[in-house]
Amino acid sequence: MKEETVIKVEGLTKVFGDFTAVNKISFHVRKGEIFGFLGANGAGKTTAMKMLIGISSPSSGSANVAGFDVYTQTEDIKKSIGYMSQKFALYDDLTVKENIRFFGGIYGLSKNRISQKSNLLIEELGLEKVAHSLVGSLPLGWKQKIAFSVSLLHDPKIVFLDEPTGGVDPITRRQFWEMIYKAANNGTTIFVTTHYMDEAEYCDRVSIMVDGNIEALDTPKNLKTHFGSDSMNDVFLKLARS
Amino acid sequence: MRVILYIIDKEFRQIFRNKGMLPIIFILPLLQLVILSNAATYEINNISFGYVDNDHTHTSRALIDKFRASTFFDVFQVFPHPKESDLAMLQGEVDVVLTIPEHFERDLWKDKNIDLGVTINAIDGAAAGVENVYITQIIKTFNKNLSVDMVQLSNNTVRPVLIEGIPLFWYNKTLNYKTFMVPGILVLLVTMITLFLSGMNIVREKEMGTLEQINVTPIKKHHFIIGKLFPFWVIGMGLLTIGLVMAKLIFATPMLGSLALMYFYTSIYILVILGMGLFISNFTDTQQQAMFIAWFFVVIFILMSGLFTPIESMPKWAQFLTEFNPIKYFVEIMRMVMLKGSGLTDILPQLVKTALYAVIMNAMAVWSYKKIT
Repeated sequence: MKEETVIKVEGLTKVFGDFTAVNKISFHVRKGEIFGFLGANGAGKTTAMKMLIGISSPSSGSANVAGFDVYTQTEDIKKSIGYMSQKFALYDDLTVKENIRFFGGIYGLSKNRISQKSNLLIEELGLEKVAHSLVGSLPLGWKQKIAFSVSLLHDPKIVFLDEPTGGVDPITRRQFWEMIYKAANNGTTIFVTTHYMDEAEYCDRVSIMVDGNIEALDTPKNLKTHFGSDSMNDVFLKLARS
Repeated sequence: MRVILYIIDKEFRQIFRNKGMLPIIFILPLLQLVILSNAATYEINNISFGYVDNDHTHTSRALIDKFRASTFFDVFQVFPHPKESDLAMLQGEVDVVLTIPEHFERDLWKDKNIDLGVTINAIDGAAAGVENVYITQIIKTFNKNLSVDMVQLSNNTVRPVLIEGIPLFWYNKTLNYKTFMVPGILVLLVTMITLFLSGMNIVREKEMGTLEQINVTPIKKHHFIIGKLFPFWVIGMGLLTIGLVMAKLIFATPMLGSLALMYFYTSIYILVILGMGLFISNFTDTQQQAMFIAWFFVVIFILMSGLFTPIESMPKWAQFLTEFNPIKYFVEIMRMVMLKGSGLTDILPQLVKTALYAVIMNAMAVWSYKKIT
């Protein structure tokens, strides 16, 4: 594993009124790593991620994403990252091709590059038949795959995935993770939040957040040894209940 | 610049793909123009008229006939006694009751002062005022004819001097209310459609979650806003065009001024409304909220625009508030250019204020759109 660090977080905090959603979290993510960001509902995962992708200002602490500061260089961060939310935000009333063109366009890709990327994406996902169908008419699993591919359109250094596989069958989830591996092999860093503990096993390293704090951070193997469990599920339950 | 084109392209596709919205955007406003221009009139017609004739003479019947001949009055009811007429008024069967006193004819010939009883249902004060004018006019003409008759009969050398004002109505010579209303209604439909569309647009993306996706892209705020507004600006201009054509074809509304000036002013005016819509959009979380707020402003703007009630008769503080009402300026300009043929120098004050308004509103829209929370 290469030792180049692409996300550096030190004491990052987000306070809403008198509620501390994220409490002085610190961690590093290396280039090309699949970093699992785990935690129960309301543990502060999404809040922490929003600070890293530059759509929420931190209350204190520091963070550096792809070499840019989250306070002052959010627009530079946005050029270097991809993002896919749990609501997989493609336009339902645009076709697959139109979505690709629009997002390619606002990332500033050239016309040629867009049509090149668009053809490649459609071919890889086997979407030839539905390329001109409205996204709204496609099954959820397909939408998620397309959304993921769209988030990679501008060749970002890091991709942030916020619960990308919610609500789909195990086969589709499996296929989705194959896509994630492929992107990671190409050198893209993957920062992913999930509820599925089997998915946590696929990650290179995972952090587990409880009530705004990171309670554990290591490889799945080490975590299991440390907590004396045979599955990540057990590790998660032990941490979340303590 | 290229980024803006991609946004405009996307917005147009979405608008024209929405088969439910298209008729709302283009057909409803035109129905509005046709219906409102015909229905919204200050003229009061079909006044239900009743009378109590205590005189029963040739002259009293002649007076009633005058009312019968008028096109404003309808439904003639005779009441033998004021009690019945009062009851009918209470039940809303009549709007106006004329009571002719006993010895009306005799007193008239004797040149005595006569008091005719006129009772008007004044729940709608403005209508009552107009009805009063109609009634007074009829009675006056009747009295004048009568005195002329009397003069001729008595062979008197002293002729009564009748002084009469002959009003001259400029710019709308026939006092055609449609000519007056059509430009105003046109303003309404251009304003309402563009405000509602732009007001709900960004909120809709918030609701769908696509705005968050936009916010994690390196898109520039003003690129996004310009891209978002331009399609609605085009729609607004399109509506003006369709509206002007319909005004000409259906209502034969005159267009005395320059069409180019009209378009120039409207192009700036729509920017004010779009900026306002986006501003609302930025401060609301659901389309419902945005709709209510937009509606709140539209109602105030319309009622205080001088479209239905003259601004001159509003209280001073309200007159001051109308300075901040963009619809007021547009109504003024529309009427000035279409009916009076005003030129650029005539409308310069309104033009400058509107342009200033547009700059402020859009600066606020861009400022209040935050990619970072």
